[in-house]
Amino acid sequence: MKWDISDIKNWGPDRHEPGALIPEAGNAKYYKTGGWRTERPLRDDETCTQCLFCYFFCPDASVIAEGQKVVDFDYDHCKGCGICAVECPVDAITMHPESEFRGKSE
Amino acid sequence: MSARLTEVRWHARGGQGAVTAAKMVAELAVERGKHFQAFPEYGPERSGAPIVAFTRISDEPIQIYSPIESPNVVLVLDATLLGAIDVTDGAPDDAVVIVNTDQSPADLKAQVDFGTRRVLTVPATEIAGQTIGRRIPNTPMIGAIAKATGLFTLDEVEEHLRASFGKKFSEKVVEGNVEAVRRAYNEVRE
Amino acid sequence: MSAITTTAKVRAVTGNQAVALAMKQIDPDVVAAYPITPQTDVVQTFSQYVADGAVRAEFVTAESEHSAMSACIGSAAAGARTMTATSSAGFALMWEVLFVAASMRLPLVMTTVNRALSGPINIHCDHSDSMGGRDTGWLQIYNEDAQEAYDATVMSFPIAEHAAVRLPLMNMYDGFIISGAIGPLVPLSDGQVQAFVGEAPPYKHLLQPNDPITVGPFDGLHGWYFEHKIAQNRAMEAALPVIQETYDRFAELTGRRYHHLMTYGMEDAEVALVVIGSAAGTARSVMKQLREEGIKAGIVKIRTFRPFPTEELARVLSGVKAVGIMDRADSYGAQGGPLYLEVLAALYQRDVQAKTVNFVYGLGGRDLFPQNIEDAFRTLEAAAGGADLPYYRIYLNMKGE
Repeated sequence: MKWDISDIKNWGPDRHEPGALIPEAGNAKYYKTGGWRTERPLRDDETCTQCLFCYFFCPDASVIAEGQKVVDFDYDHCKGCGICAVECPVDAITMHPESEFRGKSE
Repeated sequence: MSARLTEVRWHARGGQGAVTAAKMVAELAVERGKHFQAFPEYGPERSGAPIVAFTRISDEPIQIYSPIESPNVVLVLDATLLGAIDVTDGAPDDAVVIVNTDQSPADLKAQVDFGTRRVLTVPATEIAGQTIGRRIPNTPMIGAIAKATGLFTLDEVEEHLRASFGKKFSEKVVEGNVEAVRRAYNEVRE
Repeated sequence: MSAITTTAKVRAVTGNQAVALAMKQIDPDVVAAYPITPQTDVVQTFSQYVADGAVRAEFVTAESEHSAMSACIGSAAAGARTMTATSSAGFALMWEVLFVAASMRLPLVMTTVNRALSGPINIHCDHSDSMGGRDTGWLQIYNEDAQEAYDATVMSFPIAEHAAVRLPLMNMYDGFIISGAIGPLVPLSDGQVQAFVGEAPPYKHLLQPNDPITVGPFDGLHGWYFEHKIAQNRAMEAALPVIQETYDRFAELTGRRYHHLMTYGMEDAEVALVVIGSAAGTARSVMKQLREEGIKAGIVKIRTFRPFPTEELARVLSGVKAVGIMDRADSYGAQGGPLYLEVLAALYQRDVQAKTVNFVYGLGGRDLFPQNIEDAFRTLEAAAGGADLPYYRIYLNMKGE
């Protein structure tokens, strides 16, 4: 973190950048939107053809690909919109209520 | 108000160049080391509509920004305005009125009540047509002002015209304007 | 007073031409504008400079004032020195984005040629436009004549761009009365202007690819909008000394000395008029006449209106018996015009005991004659001698009275 905002809740008027600008690119990742999710996408690796549709359609860049292969979801930021599941041409992605995962690690 | 303040009111129709002439008088004033102010009675500029413009010339800095109420000099660039507008409104009894017309002052005074004010006439439109080739009376009027008020000499006007017009216009146009001023200066009747 | 002696340096120009000349000499990176009477001459003359290659500025012809100001904001956020100009309805159309420019702390410079707002439709001078915009967060400087408007334009960027300020600045002068009138101007040389304006202090902007930033972010219910507004106000407070320092530096260069308040006869004044814009000139000449009659009259001309020089004003008016505050804009349903309310608050809080009255004048270009000023001073004289002043405004040169 280039711009240390760990204590930002206590910042007064003089601590902020003039004009409310954000002096660090891409720091939206510190804002975890995974908590908005009511349904969680799960991918079946056997069925998946690695077409990467989910990767391209995800509006939150929450499909993680490595070496041109989908490997996981970024559950810290995935909002559970389900677009990946709808777009998957082989139904390899399915949505599951978050209640099923209560108390389990991701 | 300073005794050395000259207040000029221009009456003309849109398109006759009164504002340009008022600017030229202002520039002449600057060159004579005087303070000045020139402004039209503001409004949309409409060709043919009666317009009023004002010029103040003073030995002291001018701080008043209101229209001129009591002009020492009244210039009428279009004699057809005389029936429609009281051009002497507010002008003191010793004011000078210069009218662009081929009539004599005596004939004009028989038709229009100027009170005791000095009335001078000059056929500025005719002169402009013959010298500049365009019947726009503004430049000849400068010659008439020089003659009537002594605010600047004929030589100073000619020098100014050559310097300011010389940059923008052909020699023919410049000399036409110079001739217009010279003729108006000499042909003013009182 | 002497006649103008340095004739070679004096030019006969309109107020608008004077400001366009200053813009040419500053040669900003970008000018984005839309024409409106009586400002048109400013941007038209500047666009001619662009067409002639006399400046290197990028000239953006926007399709509206809202777009012009938006383009200015984008330009300044990208680090470009940016200017524009407007009047009246154009100012009103910029309204929304004026706040954005100020809150993004962009040092834009805008010329506002004062003109009434409709209706009835009216193109003439009053201060309704910029006075309506006094709470947009812009610095506001009001000028009396073409020379002041030119000088203020030259001084604008060093104030707006100052690291302690970083706020947009608007310069006002009276539509037609100054914008269209030909008056004397003693300009600086191009080199003098360039040296005075100098380089902008570095600040974070969008065209620094190695140091990327986000501008104009959303700030919701639990964010820091409130703190950012307080920061804006603190920048306004910081601007007051910066403006005076800039005025002082300009005086060293030109001999023309400016202050937030320009005072005339206030050393011993018993009655005073507080006035803004070209009316100050007319008021001053009447004041001089009245002083010859033995009336202790004074004039306070306000140049810096935002930030408002409260302490200085209260100090200047502390010994005065009766003060007339002259507004060229009205505030409908309020106790007086915007300047009146501002002055009254300053006097009340500092316990200055002068009698006060609001003179409203010049709406929609209504002439202000020397006689109107004299009437105002006579009213104040009577009040200084014990007569009551009305709580409500006195309108100068109103028809039907």
